[in-house]
Amino acid sequence: MTKLLDVENIDVGYGNHTVVFDAALHLKKGAIGVLLGPSGCGKTTLLRAIAGFEPVQRGRILLAGDEVSRAGWTLPPEKRQVGMVFQDFALFPHLTVADNIAFGIRRWPADKRAARVQDLLQLVGLPQYGKNYPHALSGGQQQRVALARALAPKPRLLLLDEPFSSMDVELRESLAREVRTILKHEGITGLMVTHDQFEAFAIADRIAVMHGGRILQWDSAYNLYHQPADRQVADFIGQGVLLAGMVVGDTMVETPLGPIAGKVPEGCRKGCPVDVLIRPDDLMLDPASALQAEVIDKAFRGAVFLYTLRLPSGATVLCQAPSHHDHAIGERVGLRPDFDHLAVFPRRA
Amino acid sequence: MISVAATLPAIKALPRPDPWRSGVVLAALLLALPVLVVFSFVFAPAGEVWLHLKQTVLQEYVTNSLVLLLGVGVGVLAIGIPAAWMVSLCEFPGRRLFEWGLLLPMAMPAYIIAYTYTGMLDFAGPVQTQLRDWFGWGYGDYWFPDIRSLPGAVLMLSLVLYPYVYLLSRAAFLEQSICVLEVSRTLGTGPWAGFARVALPLARPAIITGLSLALMETLADYGTVQYFGLATFTTGIFRTWFGLGDPAAAAQLAAVLMSFVFVLILLERWSRRRARFHHTSTRYSHLPRYQLRGWRRIGAIVGCSIPVAFGFLLPALQLGVWAVDTVDAWLKADFFHLVANSLMLAAITAVLAVALALLMAYGRRLRSSRPVDLAVRVASMGYAVPGTVIAVGVILPFAWLDNTLDAFMRAQFDISTGLILSGTLAALVFAYCVRFLAVSLNTVEAGLGKIKPSMDDAARCLGLPPRRVLREVHMPIMRGSLLTALLLVFVDVLKELPATLILRPFNFNTLAVRTFELASDERLADSASAALAIVLAGIVPVILLSRTIGRSRPGHDQTVC
Repeated sequence: MTKLLDVENIDVGYGNHTVVFDAALHLKKGAIGVLLGPSGCGKTTLLRAIAGFEPVQRGRILLAGDEVSRAGWTLPPEKRQVGMVFQDFALFPHLTVADNIAFGIRRWPADKRAARVQDLLQLVGLPQYGKNYPHALSGGQQQRVALARALAPKPRLLLLDEPFSSMDVELRESLAREVRTILKHEGITGLMVTHDQFEAFAIADRIAVMHGGRILQWDSAYNLYHQPADRQVADFIGQGVLLAGMVVGDTMVETPLGPIAGKVPEGCRKGCPVDVLIRPDDLMLDPASALQAEVIDKAFRGAVFLYTLRLPSGATVLCQAPSHHDHAIGERVGLRPDFDHLAVFPRRA
Repeated sequence: MISVAATLPAIKALPRPDPWRSGVVLAALLLALPVLVVFSFVFAPAGEVWLHLKQTVLQEYVTNSLVLLLGVGVGVLAIGIPAAWMVSLCEFPGRRLFEWGLLLPMAMPAYIIAYTYTGMLDFAGPVQTQLRDWFGWGYGDYWFPDIRSLPGAVLMLSLVLYPYVYLLSRAAFLEQSICVLEVSRTLGTGPWAGFARVALPLARPAIITGLSLALMETLADYGTVQYFGLATFTTGIFRTWFGLGDPAAAAQLAAVLMSFVFVLILLERWSRRRARFHHTSTRYSHLPRYQLRGWRRIGAIVGCSIPVAFGFLLPALQLGVWAVDTVDAWLKADFFHLVANSLMLAAITAVLAVALALLMAYGRRLRSSRPVDLAVRVASMGYAVPGTVIAVGVILPFAWLDNTLDAFMRAQFDISTGLILSGTLAALVFAYCVRFLAVSLNTVEAGLGKIKPSMDDAARCLGLPPRRVLREVHMPIMRGSLLTALLLVFVDVLKELPATLILRPFNFNTLAVRTFELASDERLADSASAALAIVLAGIVPVILLSRTIGRSRPGHDQTVC
């Protein structure tokens, strides 16, 4: 497997103002990556640097082994063979859907071009819409056309800038899965920007969590959830609370839930104060358990309840339980920790 | 060029010199040349002629110009603001007709209305003849005001320049948030108090902008004051150049005139900046208008009719009558030749000015930076500069270039190249571009601004370099704006008089020049057909303008792209 995209420790910014610091990531051919983070974290700037719209101040970007950006030099976007899908779709209003899709393959022979356009319309599920103008389409349809247009020239890399942000929330995840299927079908490497973690989970092989212009962790969705590299990642991905604890052994941490076995951070010895990440699915309700907690809040989520529980130590935790475990607020319930692995962070001074 | 490129932030640095940035800066420098040349004469040593002017006529130029400015200022405000208020916030029969009808006097160049009224009001004209018939007066029995006077010029210019104030204050009244006006109504303010205490103060920046535009036109006017025999800066520049034969002194006069203009530019910029802070709320909805009844309704109708009738309908009617009377003469004469000349000049300039505007606007979109923004602003300064001044600023460097080249060729190759640039259509078209670039640039920039930046990015990702993005994406999308820009420049060139008078090649006439020449020879009726052609062409941008302003109200906006 070859590296298709290689971002080597780049800084990106405007004038004297740096927005992205020391960003590094790489994608294998055919893989799909996501830049995930709150607004203003620099994820779109990083994407635009990869597209060639923003020059890098430091480091370099390689595409299929060729250098396309370094400090002081930028290969213009039109020469990169990188496709991009925009937040507002940016369909050309003066062209039909078919002409929009054919825009990037103007130099192809007419018959091949027409066949490619028809294939793509088929692929995105709009075979009848070639002669329509963009303004006559719904938002979801425009989005598909934008995707088809970007795919038409068979780009080496497809960049997607918050492509679902103008869609209904219920649609986003299914659209993300659909786009994943299409990219995998076409064998195209993709990199998407989003602030929605469920969208990211639905589409990505690997996710970069960004905050304050830095990539905090570049990992699979599973690892981001269960093995966050630091507390900002833990905070941003999924739900959970940090419980104060203390290292009591090489692989043992004492917590208000009792002693838990797991890997402790490097440099943390016995007696070192730490915080332990407790996810709602790390705790089970168990009437037989000696560990008792009081229900102080509950949220019905259909299949499950999300309980907020107060431990005897006074700390609160979240616990997810099947929805037939219906307990009233104020009730005392038994609690049993069920950890596969442990995320432990050194306590901040 | 190199120094400009070196000052730019290093991050956008490309391996080779950037054609967009240098293109914009070069074009801007070229277009700024006439104004820079004229300004350089501020520091020129005072020659004999200049000292003579200073002792004799300068005082008169300044006084006349100031009185003209003051009078026209009062006049355009007195007509423009009440008219704008009535059609935007009151309801009365014919309001929608007046909305665009009040713009019609814009189609009437000041020099044409001036001599039309002269013809109507002189001793043999229809008005005095009718009066003599009614009252049995004879020659010398009665006093009749002379239109060819300073007050007459004030009246003429006010009648055709008030639309600037009308247009901008109307836009301001329409943009005023409904909340502010509704709040004032719930607090018990009636139409008059609402006007004086809420709407007028909120619209003040827009009104000042309109006023400064009207005053720039007043300073730029040559035809009216020349025809009325008034000594102002523009006529003075002509006299000094052609009468006294002293280009340097003419340029010095032009420099003094420019300093007047500069004050107006500052006034305009200052008021435009303030206008931005005057929107207190962004909720817009349909404006409920004051329903006028009884005498107020009649007052509104009469009040709106007067400027339309005197500023457009009556003079246009008179021109029509004259044109019909002289129809045989002008069909035989060189009329079609004049039309062809005018159309050719207007078409060439329109295409050039729009091409330059595209270069500037797109260059700025691609490479917005301080030098580029400054260059674009400098290049669009010409709209404020009187045609006479631009003509002086064009002819001096062109003549110098021609003479230098001629001397060089003669010395080296014993060939005389003569005059290559000055006295040719190229000089004239260049002057037009300097004067009217702002017209095309405003329209093109507005059109380009409505195209989202993601369109550029999308096209570039699909393999187009910037110049082809402009051609294949932007230009088709903003077709409407480009056509509007072409048309606006086209009509402005048709109407232009002073620069054409100075710069036209020998024996080359246009509609405007011929109209003015015939009128100056007191052959008013003979000039009517050419004048009418100019006025009719001038109606086109009026229609465009009224359509734009109708759509400009937020909330009533058409979706773009």
